[in-house]
Amino acid sequence: MAKIELSGIRKTFEGNEILKGIDLAIDDGEFIALIGPSGCGKSTLLRIIAGLETQDSGHVRIDGAAVDGIRPSARNLAMVFQSYALYPHLSVYDNIAVPLRMRRLSALQRFPLLGQLFPERHRIERSIRDDVERVAAQLEITPLLKRKPGQLSGGQRQRVAVGRSIVREPVGFLFDEPLSNLDAKLRVHMRAEIAQLHRQMQSTFIYVTHDQAEAMTMSSRIAVMIEGRIVQIGTPADVYENPRDLRVAEFVGSPKINLLPGAIGSDGTLAAIGQMLGLATSAPAGRCSIGVRPERIRLGDGSFAGDVVHIENLGAEAFIHIRHDGIPLPVVVRVDHDRPLPAIGSRVAFSFMPDAVRAFDAQGRRIDTRLQARREQLLEVALG
Amino acid sequence: MVDLTASPSTIPDSRATTAPKSQRVGRGGAALAMSTPAIVLMLLMLIGPLCAVIALSFTDYQLGAPSLAWIGLANYQEMLDDRVFWIALTNTVVYVAIVVPLAVALGLGVALLIESGSSLRSWYRTIYFLPVMATLIAMSIVWEFMLHPQFGLINALLASMGLEGYSWLQDRRTALYALCAIGIWQALGFNMVLFLAGLMSIPRHLYDAAEVDGAASSWDKFRLVTWPMLGPTTLFVVVITSIRGFQVFDTVHVLTKGGPSKSTEVLIHRMYVEGFEFFRSGYGAALTVVFLAFVLLLTLIKAQLASRRVHYT
Repeated sequence: MAKIELSGIRKTFEGNEILKGIDLAIDDGEFIALIGPSGCGKSTLLRIIAGLETQDSGHVRIDGAAVDGIRPSARNLAMVFQSYALYPHLSVYDNIAVPLRMRRLSALQRFPLLGQLFPERHRIERSIRDDVERVAAQLEITPLLKRKPGQLSGGQRQRVAVGRSIVREPVGFLFDEPLSNLDAKLRVHMRAEIAQLHRQMQSTFIYVTHDQAEAMTMSSRIAVMIEGRIVQIGTPADVYENPRDLRVAEFVGSPKINLLPGAIGSDGTLAAIGQMLGLATSAPAGRCSIGVRPERIRLGDGSFAGDVVHIENLGAEAFIHIRHDGIPLPVVVRVDHDRPLPAIGSRVAFSFMPDAVRAFDAQGRRIDTRLQARREQLLEVALG
Repeated sequence: MVDLTASPSTIPDSRATTAPKSQRVGRGGAALAMSTPAIVLMLLMLIGPLCAVIALSFTDYQLGAPSLAWIGLANYQEMLDDRVFWIALTNTVVYVAIVVPLAVALGLGVALLIESGSSLRSWYRTIYFLPVMATLIAMSIVWEFMLHPQFGLINALLASMGLEGYSWLQDRRTALYALCAIGIWQALGFNMVLFLAGLMSIPRHLYDAAEVDGAASSWDKFRLVTWPMLGPTTLFVVVITSIRGFQVFDTVHVLTKGGPSKSTEVLIHRMYVEGFEFFRSGYGAALTVVFLAFVLLLTLIKAQLASRRVHYT
């Protein structure tokens, strides 16, 4: 329902630059996730979009209109907070009704006792009741309407918070880590519900999280923020497959991507821990990092070998931690459940295909790689 | 042989039935023993004197008298017929009715102002809290000077504005209100500190939510978040201020001694006069019982409200 554009957003808190120039265009009806490690400024950015925080410079536009300096309530965005921020003294019904009362009743009509004197107040209250009941039915919280937030479970509070945000049909939704206070099982369930809600509402969703699994499973695009900058924007698959920065590669994906110390030869060939990879690059010679996702490494044969130090068996899959002398951290390898698991302490060989390699230079920037031409490789072998 | 084979099966049985019982008795006894010092202290320091005062109120005991006689409800009978008692009771209620709402409202107002300001917060906090820390007797003397008809600060101030001054403490029309003003001045700082603590415990995100929900004005945010969230604090402040209001004594004793013509006579001062100036301990005790009844009533109201209205979880 609304296109949200950010241009050149900067924010400094007490001398610390939290946001260093954010440009982001969010399409109408898009579900975008802002992810990044804690302290990267993602929550601050969300609060600036909501209007709860003022940027030092830059602009926020909603549907083309600049909203800088406009109060949060006038921006017609709804926000779901990490702590739900339900009013503890109000029943679930009244919590959901608050945004409607604030909009549909005048200050005088809202006044205790005095407000009752206005004849149209009853008519407005009836329309509010209809809307609250409709939303409650949609979220299946009708039996809870009379309760106070203190009597609800975490998941129920979450639903009430969502109800309060959708009841006034805002143009966009802002979620600030809404699932981080829930237990793991419920979090997975609510993930599906929020994705379903987005499909129903067809509205713009901006979802802040530090949990990359939430971002990957729900959003149509992910913006990875690191140290006050958006480092990469793309579809979940694109960000996962083609991280443009070492920090993005490390942040997205669980378990983390394996990083092997590598080198670029003067002829542009790539090597990891002294082994040639059959890849060439146009990047200048020097040190680099070779990133390989755990599921792209094969056990059993190959030129690398190490000792199994730990096995995480999750049933459907298992992660084998292999210590290699040339790498400070163990290499993690994903194995399907139907494959035999090696014993802890045993020596295993492993390898990966050249197309599994994501290489980064010393500054952490992604460097392009291409398969070395077959002829070159042959020549290399022939010449020793 | 028979005993040997039988014993393994019987011994655990007997243990299972007797051990918990003796344990229960042992634990109960230990608990009782451990709480004895507290119970003894409470009996000695609180319940005992209270019972003594109630008992005394049914006697004609006079301070220092060698004997006393049980006179039943005569003290209370006398109290009901005593014009001065009714004046004292009315004055006390008027004093509480003026001091409590104003001291609570102003305390909240000052706390809100300090909380919303960004600079000099601790300075303001200290200034407003000074009257609480200062001895009220000493402060009363300062007030006596300020309210002095000829060279008092208040009348000088009024005169500079072209208004006529009063003999604040000597005029029966103004004396009680002057004492109320001092009472408010004294209670305000304490209430402010309590409200400040209450304000600080309100989660910030509730204000964010209110802002997003459309509560744009300060009044809306106060109604939606601040006032309800301060409920427990407000209740406590009201009860504490009321109890302290009923206890008003220092200022009365130092400034007016209940005068002029009983216009500032209050319950505790009456009690003091009857008990320690006229040595009518029995009658003084009866006054104390009436005072305690008020405090008890307030405490009961607080307990009732606290369990139902102002706690949300």
